[in-house]
Amino acid sequence: MNRKIAPPIKDAIEYQLLLKPYEQYTLDNGIQVYSVDAGAQEVIQVELVYYAGNCFEQQKGIAAATNFLLKNGTSKKTAFEINEAFDYYGGYCNRSCYNETAVVNLHSLTKHISKLLPVMKEMVTDAVFPLHELEVYQQNVIQRLKVNLQKAEFVAGRLIDSYVFGEQHPYGTYNNQEDIEAITIEACKNFYQQYYLNGCCMIFVSGKLPANMRELLNENFGQIQSTNFSINIPSSIVDPSTQKKFRIENDVNAVQGAIRLAMPFPNRHHPDFKKAMVLNNLFGGFFGSRLMSNIREDKGYTYGIYSYIQNHIQESAWVISTEAGKDVTEATIDEIYKEMQVLRSELVGEEELLLVRNYMIGGILGDLDGPFQIMAKWKNIILNKLDEQFFYDSIQEIKSISAEELKALANKYLLPENFYELVVY
Amino acid sequence: MIQFEKFVLENGLRVLVHEDKSTPMAVLNVLYDVGAKDENPEKTGFAHLFEHLMFGGSKNIPSYDEPLQVAGGENNAFTTNDLTNYYCQLPAENIETAFWLESDRMLSLAFSKKSLEVQRKVVCEEFKEHYINKPYGDVWHKMRSLAYTTHPYKWMTIGASLKHVEDATLEDVKDFFYKHYTPCNAILVVAGNIETANIKVMAEKWFGPIPAGIKYDRVLPVEPPQTTPRHLEIKANVPLDALYKCWHISSRTSKDYYANDLISDILSGGGSSRLYQSLVKEKKLFSSLDCYHFGSTEAGLMTIEGKLVKGVNIKNAEQAVVDELTKLQNEGITTAELEKVKNKAESTMTFEDMGLMNRASSIAMYENLGDPDLINTELAKYQEVTAEEIKEQSRIVFNENNCSTMYYLSDN
Repeated sequence: MNRKIAPPIKDAIEYQLLLKPYEQYTLDNGIQVYSVDAGAQEVIQVELVYYAGNCFEQQKGIAAATNFLLKNGTSKKTAFEINEAFDYYGGYCNRSCYNETAVVNLHSLTKHISKLLPVMKEMVTDAVFPLHELEVYQQNVIQRLKVNLQKAEFVAGRLIDSYVFGEQHPYGTYNNQEDIEAITIEACKNFYQQYYLNGCCMIFVSGKLPANMRELLNENFGQIQSTNFSINIPSSIVDPSTQKKFRIENDVNAVQGAIRLAMPFPNRHHPDFKKAMVLNNLFGGFFGSRLMSNIREDKGYTYGIYSYIQNHIQESAWVISTEAGKDVTEATIDEIYKEMQVLRSELVGEEELLLVRNYMIGGILGDLDGPFQIMAKWKNIILNKLDEQFFYDSIQEIKSISAEELKALANKYLLPENFYELVVY
Repeated sequence: MIQFEKFVLENGLRVLVHEDKSTPMAVLNVLYDVGAKDENPEKTGFAHLFEHLMFGGSKNIPSYDEPLQVAGGENNAFTTNDLTNYYCQLPAENIETAFWLESDRMLSLAFSKKSLEVQRKVVCEEFKEHYINKPYGDVWHKMRSLAYTTHPYKWMTIGASLKHVEDATLEDVKDFFYKHYTPCNAILVVAGNIETANIKVMAEKWFGPIPAGIKYDRVLPVEPPQTTPRHLEIKANVPLDALYKCWHISSRTSKDYYANDLISDILSGGGSSRLYQSLVKEKKLFSSLDCYHFGSTEAGLMTIEGKLVKGVNIKNAEQAVVDELTKLQNEGITTAELEKVKNKAESTMTFEDMGLMNRASSIAMYENLGDPDLINTELAKYQEVTAEEIKEQSRIVFNENNCSTMYYLSDN
């Protein structure tokens, strides 16, 4: 045995990846259900997805507050009783508010699902928004905000989005203390009325499903009145900053700077998107990327550096993000631009490109481990109004994109003048 | 039921194989029975720094990451006060690549000077990012040295000070490697779409020829029982006052572990838990409040930590916490409450077992605790806990003489 010689491998690009199809059906009232029945463990995830994200709000913070308070009281149950109902059966019911959608998500053992769906139904059909619950929410959100505002990375994340999209855009907006204080019960109730009770809901269910899953969903969510199935996402105007470079001091004693570089980038429907995913990986998308190899593994300026394309539906941004030692932040930014320059002027070698292809395909293969992960892929496809072809085309792009195409793409996008540049100390 | 087979190579390497034909992937997990607790008090942070160096090339292979990525794999590692764990996941057909890479670095590292220089810097940046450049970042640094006088749990995994990391030499690195990174101090778990018989062959082929090394004989300073309350008050540039209370609890393998774990859930697991309902929602003393333990192998700490609502006096907030604990000690819990936390334990364990990587590392951790079957038998141990034991255990643990309290106060 010669330990210097690697064992033979099957190139990951030779794999035929399959995204297990979902089953789709319609409840009595018209709600669409997407279902993936898979996995070995007796677990289930049910997600109610409403078009009730912050892009629909007239006043800052209302969408998130409404989404949060769904679990804090109905006409029949107090917040404590709702929590107890889930906790008793070891279920987890979480709420999350995004830009377009707001989600109520239940994780449960399959054997307890029939006892937990009625509680979930009560939350989304009979929430009462008690004033004392809003007050506790406001107080705790404000306190958490105060702690976060001392973290350079939190401040940097808010600011860079506001430069790219503008503070009025749902992707660029952020809440300050006075916004949280201004939230009223009235505003939450109105938002609930419009975007939940009369809103547009979809259901995603995955895991090891009981035989009567469809009946259970129909009993609980198929009889809800007045659902609306065609909602228009309000178009928001991008109003980017005119200034491009920012240096902000958040803490005089900082020992690191939070660096963010970002440029506007189109959404998944743009023909460059799938190709850019490959270029992004090569540039800063994984541990073996150019940015990581140079700035962490060669220079030791940072614990980690990544680039990524934001997961937005309408328009996106290409971001580079790292925390680097205070004395090397400017040197780090220089190196980031140098790596862009290299990608624009030199063709990536065959060996490195094969590595990136194999790594990405291997990653997708690993990502499809389990029903929740499969559903997450589908949900992304459906909410972005794509179809399974997007998944298969993305894989094809990973397998076939050429070094020339990557270089051309770098010359189109990875130009320093395209980027907003921010350091928060 | 999670099936696995265990065998031991002649050099002492324990190998556990878990087949799962439902995935196209395989995981190779190597656990080294060495953590921050095994460090010299003058050279802390070493187990973790060493974890970084394990990616700086081995005897016959200049780079660990690249060949793995070429094979469609990805990997990571973590270090705790108890152990160091390395794992990689890749398409199952390429599992031998993982054997090749992992066995070569168990055989010997390259001990490159450049790698040491760079990773020292990287770890210093990690230290700054997580423990210095963040509000409340140094809490555990202070809390550990308050709660432990003697046992090496008194320093954090990242190290007691940046200086220890900065001063590490190549000699230190070599000594550490030959002492701890040997087959007889390691556990190999292979999981996924594989055949046990093939794995046996590959394990013999790649790991079999590595010299056994000397079994590390762990003799750690014993923490004397705490007999009086300890207090520490800090003023720092943070926006909110925070309260931290820690009590010594018994080890991970003690029979009390299960009752202690359930107690932390009764107090703060979920929106209907006692501390959250009473002190966050009803009395509005805290904006966040948690009770947890680290599941450390040796006698550990039960912790309650909370951030206070602005304007609340920390003594009043602390008293309210103590009152809740006294209530638990005097009145115990209801049958429904006990049922609730047991159901939660079952649900948590089932969800944890979903991912292949989790299953592989769990098997390794249980083997390291001395019994890999625990992965299947622990749930029954939770089910056996009685309300009486919870009450009894809460009386033993939540004793003020067993407690270290820290007021972490806002200076503005």
